[in-house]
Amino acid sequence: MKQKVYINGIGAVTAQGIWRDELFEEAQEITNNISYALQPGYKELIAPAMIRRMSKGIKMGIYASQQALNDAEIEQPDAIITGTGLGCLEDSEKFLKAIIANEEQFLTPTNFIQSTHNTVGAQIALRLGCKGYNFTYVNGAVSFESALLDASLQIETKEAATILVGGMDELADHTVSLLKLIDQVKADDIQQAVKESTTTGVNTAEGAVFFTLSNASTKNTKAVVHAVDIRNVVHEEELAGWVHQFLAANNVVAASIDAVILGRNGDVQFDGYYDQMGKVFAQAAHIYYKHISGEYDTASAFGMAAAVYIIDKQDIPENICWNSIRPNEIKTTLVYNQYRGRDHSLILLQHVESS
Amino acid sequence: MEELKAELKAKIIQVLNLEDVSAEDIKDDDSLFGDGLGLDSIDALELIVLLDKEYGIKLSDPKQGKAIFESINTMAEFIAENRTK
Amino acid sequence: MGKGVAITGMGIVSSIGMSVEENLQSLLSNRNGISRIQNIETIHRDSIKVGEIKKSNDQLIAQLSLPDSNNYTRTALLGALAAKQAIQDAAITDVNEFRTGLISSTSVGGMDKTEKYFYEYFDQEDIQKYIPSHDAGDSSEKIADYLGLKGYVSTISTACSSAANAIMMGAKLIKAGRLDRVIVGGTDALCKFTINGFNTLMILSDTDCQPFDNERKGLNLGEAAAYLVLESDEIIAQQNKKVLAYVAGYGNANDAFHQTASSETGEGAFLAMEKAFHVADLTPSQIDYVNVHGTATPNNDLSEGRAMIRVFGDQTPDFSSTKAFTGHTLAAAAAIEAVYSILALQNNLVYANLNFKTPMQEFDLTPQTEIKKKDIQYVLSNSFGFGGNCSTLIFSKA
Repeated sequence: MKQKVYINGIGAVTAQGIWRDELFEEAQEITNNISYALQPGYKELIAPAMIRRMSKGIKMGIYASQQALNDAEIEQPDAIITGTGLGCLEDSEKFLKAIIANEEQFLTPTNFIQSTHNTVGAQIALRLGCKGYNFTYVNGAVSFESALLDASLQIETKEAATILVGGMDELADHTVSLLKLIDQVKADDIQQAVKESTTTGVNTAEGAVFFTLSNASTKNTKAVVHAVDIRNVVHEEELAGWVHQFLAANNVVAASIDAVILGRNGDVQFDGYYDQMGKVFAQAAHIYYKHISGEYDTASAFGMAAAVYIIDKQDIPENICWNSIRPNEIKTTLVYNQYRGRDHSLILLQHVESS
Repeated sequence: MEELKAELKAKIIQVLNLEDVSAEDIKDDDSLFGDGLGLDSIDALELIVLLDKEYGIKLSDPKQGKAIFESINTMAEFIAENRTK
Repeated sequence: MGKGVAITGMGIVSSIGMSVEENLQSLLSNRNGISRIQNIETIHRDSIKVGEIKKSNDQLIAQLSLPDSNNYTRTALLGALAAKQAIQDAAITDVNEFRTGLISSTSVGGMDKTEKYFYEYFDQEDIQKYIPSHDAGDSSEKIADYLGLKGYVSTISTACSSAANAIMMGAKLIKAGRLDRVIVGGTDALCKFTINGFNTLMILSDTDCQPFDNERKGLNLGEAAAYLVLESDEIIAQQNKKVLAYVAGYGNANDAFHQTASSETGEGAFLAMEKAFHVADLTPSQIDYVNVHGTATPNNDLSEGRAMIRVFGDQTPDFSSTKAFTGHTLAAAAAIEAVYSILALQNNLVYANLNFKTPMQEFDLTPQTEIKKKDIQYVLSNSFGFGGNCSTLIFSKA
């Protein structure tokens, strides 16, 4: 019997505020091209001596990870695995701007040190005094899934019992301007939410979403991670074949998927992938979420949180429904994401009793 | 000298982003590192840059910083003696 | 999986050679690749020494036969060259024949382009193609595309331990039966961002670095790329493949002490080495050669030395740092040192720890100063990065 991977805790800092039961109910649909996360207070959580050096991203990561640990009633995980698409951008930009402005003189170390991609994972470990395994994956839109795959493999092979896994990305001015320049982010005057979008580019945002995974089911268990797959390139016509192969390898049939969580981001050039995936699961509920989380490399972690939510609560909030199918029971869900035709990922989640 | 000490306190708070600390909180002979203000080795490097940028003093060896940055008093004395700006 | 995970191919480009053979010849003749920087305009040019690959981006592009429209960063160019070598060395003709993955690593990513065009992007359209090349994953995606690979592609970025972690993850995926084959390693190019960053930490040396020497002043930065091909036992048997060596053990731990400095007792390093021994089912006395992280910073060598004494007692095996040959190549370091470890196993060699004169006063550890021939069965390789990220790999003879 394969060792199961239980999801026992969730934590997040998002454009809709911190993770909570009312998040979907209270969520405001995003129409702006740039949405900053609603920052919680950090002073109670992080000592002044440490907080003074931290950028947004690090603070969000610490908050979300602590929330996930508290939710699972765990003090020390065995491992900390994070994913980030662009890392600690604020610090990177500050350091680079200083290099250019001062012509390489009078530069100070803090921004450089904090700009390394594994800083979030490292700061979480430092704060907890956690000496366990600590990896950071940085590969665009599969950064979070890479971390999740590593984490679930470790639990399945009994290398670790409890793992903190999460995704974080932060917005930084200069980088967003560059992304607008090449039309990856929608222009300022376009105010289109995901479902009404007729333009290319996305509404971008930032956030941190963390999960506590464990080899044991507890009263806090919300769902089970059954399988994860990542593929760099999949053409639209290959999607069905790929997903069927994935399901078969995990002893699941397409018909048993109750809900499919799609990373639609309103980029008309690439959302066709989600239409295709929807066709493979025509009988399932189709969920979307980037109209409330925004689009960024690790936004799919929020998608997974949404999937876990609907399995746990056995209810789908109206504002994340893309089609009109409402299953009686939500036992098995599939999260699918891609970005600009690359970095495709699948996460298969199940209800603890069905797994 | 008093002016320099006041200036130093303000600059330290600014450069090291000590949001909750005011100039009045830092006494002239308070220990800056360890138990006093609680600064660490990264802050020492920041202060070395401060010496260069604001007062034109270049330290080649980071270990020299230990004695110089012991307190506001020691910092002010060192700067008064060695400043080129 | 008694012996470990099989390595069937390797490729490398560094300041001491553009191929495995060239690197080996340099190691054998104590020829280092440390010099003054030429390819980058920086005010620090005359006060630092680097392990620079003396090839321009245009030369690398020509070597890869890329079209003019390409948007490869220097990191991606170096990576593609090394990865291609590895595939060829492993005699792979169809990279998608089996379930294949690529796990690369980098710390610089596309920063070499970003720092050049940061503001210019807004005025010049022809360079905007480099904007999407900034992130760390881009070089991995480019390498996968260059090889024609379709499958699991990801990137690890944990500073100076990155490539060791990529090798570790690849080995685990093979052991778990998730992949049949995986290309693992790392790539990093020199750039102003990194040079200035390390300069603010005051850990760069203005002379050739001296690992484990009492008078050491700091590190020399370098650039490089290296990849290994790992394959499952089934594929080896099926295809009658030659095995170069095995990944016998691995371990990762976190120092959880400070953002950039290592703890005085080398706790993270000690834990990583312990884990690697456990996975390999070996005892410290079985190690014939340790390729230390040995960056020649005051902090690392002290911390690493203490950790080695905790692990090996007074029986520390022959050890040396090859960073005096290549410089510290950041994310790629563990990958190039993996290649050197495999060469050590294949050729029964312990490399010289160049520039060594005076043992450190804190303990009794003297590295190997001359190249030495002896029977080598097991090599241990350490790589420690910012954020307290400590990784150890153990390689065994095929």
